[in-house]
Amino acid sequence: MDKVWKIDRREFFRVTGMAGGGLMLGVYLPDRPWNPSPDAPLQPNVFVRVDERGAVAIWVGKADMGQGVRTSLPMIVADELDADWSRVAVIQAEADPHKYGRQITVGSGSVRNGAWMPLREAGATARQMLVRAAAERWKVPAASCRTERGYVYRNGSKRRLGYGALAHAAGELPVPSDPRLKTPAEFTLIGTSPPQVDVHDKVCGRTKYGIDVRAPGMRFATVVHPPDFGGSLKSFDATRARGVAGVRDVVQIATGIAVVADNTWAAFQGAKALDVQWNRGFTMSSADISAHFREVAKARPEVGRTDGSADAALAKAAKRIEATYEAPYLAHATMEPMNCTAHVRRDGAEVWAPTQNPQGTQGTTARITGLPSEKVTVHVMHLGCGWGRRSRTDFVEDAVHLSKKLGQPVQVTWTREEDMRHDQYRPAAYVRFAGGVDAAGSLVALKALVVSQPVSATGKSRRGGVDGNAVDGIMNTRYAIPNFLVEYGAPDLGVPTGHWRSVGPSQNVFVFESFIDELAHAAGRDPFEFRHHLLAEQPRERRVLEVVAGKSGWGKPLPEGRAHGIAIHENKGTVVAQVAEVSIDGGKVRVHHVWCAVDAGQVIHPGIVHQQMSGAVAAGLTAALYQEITLADGRVVQGNFDTYKMMRIDEMPVVDVHIVKSGEPPGGVGEPGLPPIAPAVTNALFALTGTRVRSLPLRTGALRGTKRA
Amino acid sequence: MASFTLRINGVSHDIDVDPRTPLLWVIRDVVGLTGTKFGCGISECGACTVHVNGQSVHSCQVPVSVAATAEITTIEGLSPDVTHPLQKAWIAEEVPQCGYCQSGMLMTAAALLAAHPHPTDSDIDEAMSGNICRCGTYDRIRRAIHRAAKEG
Repeated sequence: MDKVWKIDRREFFRVTGMAGGGLMLGVYLPDRPWNPSPDAPLQPNVFVRVDERGAVAIWVGKADMGQGVRTSLPMIVADELDADWSRVAVIQAEADPHKYGRQITVGSGSVRNGAWMPLREAGATARQMLVRAAAERWKVPAASCRTERGYVYRNGSKRRLGYGALAHAAGELPVPSDPRLKTPAEFTLIGTSPPQVDVHDKVCGRTKYGIDVRAPGMRFATVVHPPDFGGSLKSFDATRARGVAGVRDVVQIATGIAVVADNTWAAFQGAKALDVQWNRGFTMSSADISAHFREVAKARPEVGRTDGSADAALAKAAKRIEATYEAPYLAHATMEPMNCTAHVRRDGAEVWAPTQNPQGTQGTTARITGLPSEKVTVHVMHLGCGWGRRSRTDFVEDAVHLSKKLGQPVQVTWTREEDMRHDQYRPAAYVRFAGGVDAAGSLVALKALVVSQPVSATGKSRRGGVDGNAVDGIMNTRYAIPNFLVEYGAPDLGVPTGHWRSVGPSQNVFVFESFIDELAHAAGRDPFEFRHHLLAEQPRERRVLEVVAGKSGWGKPLPEGRAHGIAIHENKGTVVAQVAEVSIDGGKVRVHHVWCAVDAGQVIHPGIVHQQMSGAVAAGLTAALYQEITLADGRVVQGNFDTYKMMRIDEMPVVDVHIVKSGEPPGGVGEPGLPPIAPAVTNALFALTGTRVRSLPLRTGALRGTKRA
Repeated sequence: MASFTLRINGVSHDIDVDPRTPLLWVIRDVVGLTGTKFGCGISECGACTVHVNGQSVHSCQVPVSVAATAEITTIEGLSPDVTHPLQKAWIAEEVPQCGYCQSGMLMTAAALLAAHPHPTDSDIDEAMSGNICRCGTYDRIRRAIHRAAKEG
């Protein structure tokens, strides 16, 4: 088992800043360990306290951006502990690698990456110590005691002792080496959906997001960045900006020009009034980028995967098809624009950031200020959406540079336009497929050539070779394809790219599941049955596919003008299949209903799984229907929600989520619901119109008037 | 610069700002009530929705000078103790995910219910389609509005 530590009062105070007492334990969550020093002994990074009043507190070092980890992680501890959930408090840890280890919250990994077992062991250890303390007090064997909702009971008797009354004595006991974990059948909290911890504050405006920080003496500011990627400042005249009412100062910093004001709007007005000359950087337009992708596709690609001989099998195939797909750049467009608040002093710095990456924030601040990292305190604020955007620290740099220069606390907020035009974009992709089926309609060969930038702040690969993100969702397919070739070509483009909810699969599952659909139709087979056959060796995928087909009534007649499409994908240890029901009304695509079957392994909080699946459908559908970031002369054309559209309530389909029971360990749930929705919709549109959608977002004009009788 | 006395949630605030400053930024940065959110600045997302004399408005578009004599209500003033039927319904249906848009959603929904105590789905579509939720909580928002209408 993993190590569970007993924490003494001094250590507890050092880590949590709170007075200790009662039973205090720590446990180490691995999560791709962040080791300040590889030789350092493992330190606990999650803390549990049962105090002498029976209250349970759990310190969590993960950022919450709506995915509910502040509820789901403590539930795991509380279940094994048999705690009274209504008396469990969750405390957000501040950034400190010396205390909490790696805290980055990405890749749907909070529950998945190693937290599951250590958190259970922490709870089970505490429970066993409390039971032993009760048994010693009653002078009975521990085996004659049981626990329930914050009490130890003596079997066959009405006697009971609250955890609070036992906490001190339990804290004096040695840590048991091998506490018994519950069987899944014994879980009382895991698999239920108690109210989430933050809901109350979120409905009365009390939740503090990064943009809500109000540090004493704080100024408001915004930063104007070079409009070209890789561009730089040539010269500027701040005379007009300084004349704007409420503007206090205009300051050049390493990342751009900062306008400091009495309120954020005055800063925005000042920024508009700046007269700036920039040195140019990246100057390509979207059409140039598409042409570049085609050139790269002609060059010698890197080979990512070779099974059998795709070319030989294609030559012999009874039927061969080829198709080229494209997906656009996308912005994250989090509802809360990029912002950060910093107070840099000579002896230390404090940063308030809505960040998925507290340690990156701490490291960035230390680098800019020259302070040792232990002198940098990072307060992890609530995030108005994360989506991967807030794992980067460019917005932190603005605030730290500016506060360092001003010597006072300052909050930097980007305008929506600055946010959209200085994002780290979901990479655009160009994918060419060739596939063949035999006379019996079985898939015998598939070739895929992917041209897409790696995920990187410079847009370029640091290592060369096949980029894992760029081929994720194709190269690692669960389909049995006897002759399979995956190739990759790296574009040479300076568009900064970032992790965007589900990353590579966000584009690759659209292209791949569309082409699989094309192959099914080429083989003259039902798209569900064709996939089911390709997954003969994958019981989880088969089951999820069967559930979604059953729930959606796949194959049954539909009302005139409606059609179903299907897609499936495994991502982050979770399998999701979706069926979309679509129609075209007045030239506009309408998605009426989505059935979503999910095997997420052991589910902690089914309510959160429902939320994440439904939300991922909304997100993926929004992108498929509306969204693309285009470039004109190197500059991002879209700037706000008028040109980068968001789906609204009147377009939200009914989403039926069906959780498939599973004996697997917990999988991620934040991302895997997103990739299948775009191909489920476009496959349905093919069934409806006979027109294959091979690029996103949907251009409804291409579908109009093509409806089949 | 100009001086105003703003009535927000029944409390008067003396402020001195450029009269063109949008109400949103006066509420957030000058008065310091941060429940009302900035999302777009161009009336596309509804995160900044407040009530001015009971009507829901996008406060990023209302110059403070226009609102100076009005009764302004923000999310902090929707109810004194989180007991507005919509707040109770939002909790019961667990509507929020990241929560950032929800102040604006609640203020828009409150104005809807004041005008239509029993809104139909199409009333909800019409009233709520000026508000964006990036987490996609729309289905629960709809359910919560119906619940609030029923439970009052």
